[in-house]
Amino acid sequence: MSHHLVEARDLYYVYPDGQAALRGVSFLIHHGESVAIIGSNGAGKSTLLLHLNGVLRPTSGQVRIGDFPITSENLADIRRTVGMIFQDPDDQLFMPTVFDDVAFGLGQLGLAAVDIEARVVHALETVGASHLRQRPPYRLSGGEKRAVAIAGVLAMLPSILVMDEPSSGLDPAARRRVITLLAGFDHTKIIATHDLDMVLDLCSRVLVMNEGVIKADGTPAEIFAEADLLQRCNLEPPLSYQRR
Amino acid sequence: MSGIEALLREVRLLDALASRSTWLSRLDPRATILVTVAFIAIVVSFQRYAIAALLPLAIFPVVLARLGDVPLHRVGIKVLMAMPFALMIGLFNPLFDPVPRMELLRQPIAGGWLSFISILVRVALTVGSAVVLVASMGIYRFCAGLDQLGVPTVLTTQLLFLHRYTLVLAGELGRMNLARELRSGLANAVPLAVYGSLLGHLLLRTLERAQRIHRAMLSRGFEGHMPIREAQRWRSIDTVFLVLCLSGFIVVRTTDLATLLGQLMLDVAS
Repeated sequence: MSHHLVEARDLYYVYPDGQAALRGVSFLIHHGESVAIIGSNGAGKSTLLLHLNGVLRPTSGQVRIGDFPITSENLADIRRTVGMIFQDPDDQLFMPTVFDDVAFGLGQLGLAAVDIEARVVHALETVGASHLRQRPPYRLSGGEKRAVAIAGVLAMLPSILVMDEPSSGLDPAARRRVITLLAGFDHTKIIATHDLDMVLDLCSRVLVMNEGVIKADGTPAEIFAEADLLQRCNLEPPLSYQRR
Repeated sequence: MSGIEALLREVRLLDALASRSTWLSRLDPRATILVTVAFIAIVVSFQRYAIAALLPLAIFPVVLARLGDVPLHRVGIKVLMAMPFALMIGLFNPLFDPVPRMELLRQPIAGGWLSFISILVRVALTVGSAVVLVASMGIYRFCAGLDQLGVPTVLTTQLLFLHRYTLVLAGELGRMNLARELRSGLANAVPLAVYGSLLGHLLLRTLERAQRIHRAMLSRGFEGHMPIREAQRWRSIDTVFLVLCLSGFIVVRTTDLATLLGQLMLDVAS
């Protein structure tokens, strides 16, 4: 997996209740790209993200990470390569202390205690949360929880970061801190979000999803200039565009 | 819902208590677990009418709570919460076993009453010591200790999940009930039809939430077992603690300390 390409080839996914969430999604994301996936509620964004590290397996079609399709055999490698940050950090934080939580994935890898300690310390320093290491996660503020959830993923040294609504539920200062933090990462970033102003700050490419298909693929400037497309997909231009 | 929020606060308070550094929390969790299991076995091993002989054993949970800096009134509340179950178990003993076994103030006392009181004392002792055990080290270290003792990983992982999902379930129920209360005017009682809907939704929402948590765990490489951060090393102080406690239990089990003490006081008085 030297080249961290992320490729979806004609993905279809139907939930057990018969709801078709993905209906033929294809794209290719290159190493180091920062890509936003935007779309209205129920467009299929979160379902798509869950396919990128094999949590969900497509009804038909294929996801390839690097040169390999996701299979049961390489699932552990895929999940180490693709770090996933969930929409609600409370879903992600389940260990008794921040330190234990960031160390969770490393423990699963079977690393020695001294290596785990070093990686956890580094991950917490990266997100500016070293002072929280002994705190129980449920006592943290929304912004702190988000930072710790990101640290838990960074500790695994992933090459690709997949994020579901990383700025939702945060106050403006915490949102800005998360954006600055993410802007500093060299990883390939795939971000599903409704925060279109954050897309302008972080992403060089935008995929627009609607009803389980990709309706458009372009730079933020190209996509946000198409008022008709946005309206058809139940979206609006970013607030910073609307003020102009 | 104040009741559910109180429950959540209580569970989190126990977790917070467990996160402090105390004399007991610095011991290897295996030592405390083994001693508590031995204590419970000793309590259960007394004959069914034993009451006075059990009482000296109450020293153990009290000392353990002191060493673990666990407030005794919190332990007491938990013991009281378990008492209805004990009452259910022993309720019919006086009916099934009416044969007098002893006299108190010249009144014959039926064996059923003695065994009933004995059950209450045993429940208070065993539940009290188990509460102190978990409150002093927390569910995580408790499970880590069990793991090191060779308890199958599948059981310790289930126990951790149970703890985690109980909080999730209580949180969901609390939010749902608050939403119901805010739209129910001043009526506190939940109509039966609403109960059905509330519980059905609770099940579905909790399943969904549990699935999201599980997905988050899978994404970080979860493969069926929870990691133990540091396997604690057994030290000589752990051996001393274990030997002292076990010796104390054997003394209490083999000699009727309460009767001896009573006799001693009578001798001194005469």
